[in-house]
Amino acid sequence: MADKGRFDEATGTHTTGHVWDDDLEELNKPLPKWWLYVLYACIIWAIVYWVLYPSWPMMTDYTKGTLGFSQRALVMEQVAAGKAAQAKFRDAIAKAEISEIPKKPELLNFALAGGKAAFGDNCAPCHGRGAQGFKGYPNLNDDDWIWGGDLEAIQTTIRHGIRSNADDDTRASDMPKFGEEDLLEKAQIKDVAEYVLSLGGSSKDADAAARGKEVYAENCASCHGENGEGNQELGAPNLADAIWLYGGDKADIVTSINTGRGGVMPPWSPRLDDVTIKQLTVYVHSLGGGK
Amino acid sequence: MSNTPDSYVMPKTASAGSHATDSATADTHQGQAAPGIDRHDVEAVNAVENRPLYADRVAIHPKRAKGTFRNLKWLVMALTLGVYYVTPWLRWDRGPALPDQAVLIDFANQRLFFGPMEIWAQEFYYVTGLLVLASLALFLVTALAGRVWCGYACPQTVWTDLFIMVERFIQGDRNARLRLQKAPWSADKIWKISITHAIWLLISVLTGGALVFYFRDAPTLAYEFATGTAPYIAYVFVGVFAATTYLLGGLAREQVCIYMCPWPRIQGAMFDDHSLLVSYREARGEPRGPHKKNDTWEGRGDCIDCKQCVVVCPVGIDIRDGPQLECIQCALCVDACNEIMGKIGRPGNLIAYDTFHNLEAAKTGGTAPVKIFRPRTILYMVVIPAVLALMTYGWVNRSELQVNVLRDRNPLFVRLSDGGVRNGYTVKILNKRHETRTFSIDVEGLPPAIEKPKITLVGFAGDNPRVDVAPDNLRALRIYLSMPASSVKKLTSDATDLTFVVTDTGNGSQTRRGTLIRTPKR
Repeated sequence: MADKGRFDEATGTHTTGHVWDDDLEELNKPLPKWWLYVLYACIIWAIVYWVLYPSWPMMTDYTKGTLGFSQRALVMEQVAAGKAAQAKFRDAIAKAEISEIPKKPELLNFALAGGKAAFGDNCAPCHGRGAQGFKGYPNLNDDDWIWGGDLEAIQTTIRHGIRSNADDDTRASDMPKFGEEDLLEKAQIKDVAEYVLSLGGSSKDADAAARGKEVYAENCASCHGENGEGNQELGAPNLADAIWLYGGDKADIVTSINTGRGGVMPPWSPRLDDVTIKQLTVYVHSLGGGK
Repeated sequence: MSNTPDSYVMPKTASAGSHATDSATADTHQGQAAPGIDRHDVEAVNAVENRPLYADRVAIHPKRAKGTFRNLKWLVMALTLGVYYVTPWLRWDRGPALPDQAVLIDFANQRLFFGPMEIWAQEFYYVTGLLVLASLALFLVTALAGRVWCGYACPQTVWTDLFIMVERFIQGDRNARLRLQKAPWSADKIWKISITHAIWLLISVLTGGALVFYFRDAPTLAYEFATGTAPYIAYVFVGVFAATTYLLGGLAREQVCIYMCPWPRIQGAMFDDHSLLVSYREARGEPRGPHKKNDTWEGRGDCIDCKQCVVVCPVGIDIRDGPQLECIQCALCVDACNEIMGKIGRPGNLIAYDTFHNLEAAKTGGTAPVKIFRPRTILYMVVIPAVLALMTYGWVNRSELQVNVLRDRNPLFVRLSDGGVRNGYTVKILNKRHETRTFSIDVEGLPPAIEKPKITLVGFAGDNPRVDVAPDNLRALRIYLSMPASSVKKLTSDATDLTFVVTDTGNGSQTRRGTLIRTPKR
């Protein structure tokens, strides 16, 4: 750089004194003072921030800052405060019998709100966001219950799960795999499927259904009942109603008889606390099908 | 001269950088404008030729004016400040369940209370209506008499006036203040300036303090302030409002009106040749010049160029330059000039409220009458009562009950074991009355062949249950409608119209809301 610039008459500004290509000069247009001061203030702010707050990432750790501020700690505090604010209701729910909760509007509201949130977190992946269910995962809105639809029964199901290896008190019933284990002939299976269809009034082959009736009486009636009314004690579904967990086509029913199906639900008792399970119970019961 | 509002004098760009006026050093008395009347050798800070695109602000030290308009301004100031400080303390009995503050903006409960009016969040359009009325009123007065709002009632004007009053009380009138500004720093100067700012800050804090009372029960909040137990957000807002009051009223002053406020830009479209504006009557005043005793008034104007109109001006303009964007039309120059005219024995109102029309006529020796009723003002005068009537009608017929029906979308419907179908709904009942009301819920509107669905209210037992909704409150109900298979078969569509009927069992009034009942695709 050359030394001091000269005063440029045409623009009323000094030049920087920097000359290229013999005559190309640069006007000295410094940044506005206010702009520079703001920049300096920001730099000072940044340095103060580094000292006070967590800022620099290290290889395995980060600088903690002298104020000891931590967003995680802040969140944990807020969570604890939230829990503390709920404590009144949670304690009351913990103490109350499950059948008492829906009778107290305050507890009911709290249980429904908490149950809805817990349902979204834990149950929705299988049963659906609206508890509408999918093939093999029961719809919890309807009035058809495999293991019982009163509060006690729902609570037991949630607590211990269904056919779970992880819980000794789990709901357990194993329908034999009539086809896979060669307990019935293929023709017999088709006949009995036709008979099952006839229980709900949708059979189209009366002869086959008549043949299947005998097979049904020998192999199925002990659990599913004489007329296919099912048995909630044994977890044997009603075969005469309009609701089919695995589908109500003949092919679906044949598959069910062949394989025995046997869906699994995990026990939620160790994973969710007692209060949450009660909330879930009340919520599921409120979906419209509760007995 | 084409004195139409859109011919405002724009800042001259050519004079950028040549801003030489320094009223702090230039204001000396140079002879007499007329016997007994000092002539101020002063140039208006914001005179037309002194307006570059950018210039450092030169402090304006308005001299105290005396006269009708000054008195009117004191009165308006007392009135507006009084309304501002007293309103939150007014009480209004609404019964035990509701706050008794006459004007309360209750964010926590999403209510606005204006005396007998109670506005819920979803009725905020009433506030829009109030704002529409306020702007129409503003348009009307502006069409009639220019920036009356700016000159008298705008908070910026009121608080700036108040702050200037404090300044004058501590530091003296214009000349004393100019001397103080020029003077080297001394104990006296530091004392005077710091006590001025201290009082400004005190006023600012009181201003901010009064505003938060509109948002919370005033006596309670006052007690909380006194004991230091107010919510921290109250302190934050007092701080914010105090800071803006101090900044805008104490420091920025006329710059707010000239550079920040959009109204001066809009007003050009609001008034016309018939609007009464603070104007210098050029035809009568010119040619201006000093007047000696016993000189004749023949062949010259009444303006003796004493510049009293300039020194009293709070925005630092010379009204004799014609209508200007900077002018807030406070009429203090009218007072100042009238005082002088009285002293030199000339008729008053050389500067006065006048119309462009009349000013133009005066040039040829004529006069033009003031025309109050013109299409523009008549339109405003008609629209204002119309809006008022519309709002009153809306208010009188305001429903005290609101019903919303939300149909479940997941699942759309539930298949029942008997082949029937169930639909879920959330019905929200908003009771705006200040008493508990009891409702029953029914459905209608299905095709005649279809049996009425079974209605189940979650949390209620029995058929046709009664639902209590607390005063001034909302209740959400979960409702299930179940149809047997026989009904479902008779339906012709997978979405059938249906109407909920909510009946107030107290007076039998019914509210209907249409919705759908969904069934499987056929």
